[in-house]
Amino acid sequence: MINDILAIIRDYWLLLLIGQFPNGPLGGLANTLILSALSIALAFPISILLALARLSKWPILRWPVTVLVYVTRGVPLLMLILWSYFLVPLLTGADVPSFVTMLTTLVVYQGAFLSEVVRAGIVALGHGQMEAAKALGHSYFGAMRFVILPQALYNMIPSILSTFVSTIKDTTLGYVINVPDLTFAASQVNNQLLTQPFQVFLILAIVYYAICWSLTHVAHRLERRIARRRAGLTGARPAGVVALAKIVSEQP
Amino acid sequence: MTGFDLSAILTNPDYVAMLLHGIVMTFVIAIGSWLLAMTLAILLLALRFSPGRFGNSFVAGYVSYHRNVPTLVQLMLWYFGIFTLMPDWLAYWLASHNAEAIFAVIGLGLCQAAYFSEDLRSGLRSVGPGQMEAARALGHGYISAMRFVLMPQGVRNALPPLINHSVSLFKNSSLGIVIGASELTHAVKEIENLSFQTFEIYLIGTVLYLFFSLLIMAGGAYVTMRADPAWRARA
Repeated sequence: MINDILAIIRDYWLLLLIGQFPNGPLGGLANTLILSALSIALAFPISILLALARLSKWPILRWPVTVLVYVTRGVPLLMLILWSYFLVPLLTGADVPSFVTMLTTLVVYQGAFLSEVVRAGIVALGHGQMEAAKALGHSYFGAMRFVILPQALYNMIPSILSTFVSTIKDTTLGYVINVPDLTFAASQVNNQLLTQPFQVFLILAIVYYAICWSLTHVAHRLERRIARRRAGLTGARPAGVVALAKIVSEQP
Repeated sequence: MTGFDLSAILTNPDYVAMLLHGIVMTFVIAIGSWLLAMTLAILLLALRFSPGRFGNSFVAGYVSYHRNVPTLVQLMLWYFGIFTLMPDWLAYWLASHNAEAIFAVIGLGLCQAAYFSEDLRSGLRSVGPGQMEAARALGHGYISAMRFVLMPQGVRNALPPLINHSVSLFKNSSLGIVIGASELTHAVKEIENLSFQTFEIYLIGTVLYLFFSLLIMAGGAYVTMRADPAWRARA
């Protein structure tokens, strides 16, 4: 069994790592990581806007975003992927690669989830910060820009990292629309070998485990450090911040 | 693409039958794996609290594996991998008894057990050591203190994450399509292939998922409210 696994890794490590890259599209683990990083990078600014809209006093901003968040949370990611697969080519009028379809889906999906994290971070900061900033002459946007968001986002770093881990796990669903990621590469290997599916998928599980476990570990360490630093600096409620963010971000 | 026409799908008895079958299978998978997950979660919790280091590290490893490996990969490992290693008589039996759905239940159930047991554990941890000491001082044994004093409070604390994860489990039943289970997403894809009314059938599928998810969330909110001592004192 161990020998089989080592033989598979020896023969197919390049395919698992970068897909058929020089001769075809970039794939494998590299594609998984690029897709996850890009979608978080794009979802992040969107999530801040969504969070501000949900905290806004104007119903016209608050309601549509609340509906959007509830819909994205209530519908399986797979369903959203199928929607993008159908709608993105229709709206852009072009033949879109599955990578772009998956990226679009993940930006919407993680944008909605991250907005909950950001909102929890802002709410956990308490009213006092906003009131104090306004008393010092800041406008709403000035207070957000210079007082609230820097603190809230700093507290959110571990949660953002956990969202990144969820995104890595979510990219596997791209398998359904043939995104050439790590899962896709592994199933290609499986199709070539045909006789050792358990070994191939075990390797796949181990690789995902190694990546996600290490990132989760980093997130936990950061969380402790930030909690300690916040407690030392301001006496804010880091435990509450962390707990809230955790409840919101813990999705399998 | 022709004009928007929901009725063409909803009046076709074949499509309606496929949708209903999909809904039933989705609930069979979701409820089956929920029950499996909850049973395992309680066993894992008991093992976690049992004396001795082995149980503790076993549970930690179990939770770590199921939280850090994508659910889809876990399902693939079960259906494409472990299924092929099974003895012939068992594989035959499974293959003739809707193996896809059975493996969806096993895969999702084992995975979700990790989340449920962690939810219950953090709920119990937030009860406070004084409760156990007080219960023991009043003459309760360990089991009886757990049963009558700690668990009721711990489960109440754990309700919000348990409900969130139940919704996730319901949504994750859609992953069954990858291993060929004939649940709701599968039915939606089939009808799309047959009718070419992509927009309409995706809309129907989405509304169905959303409806059931919101129903679970609302049910959870109601249970949370009923479990709140302040509410019970008023009622």
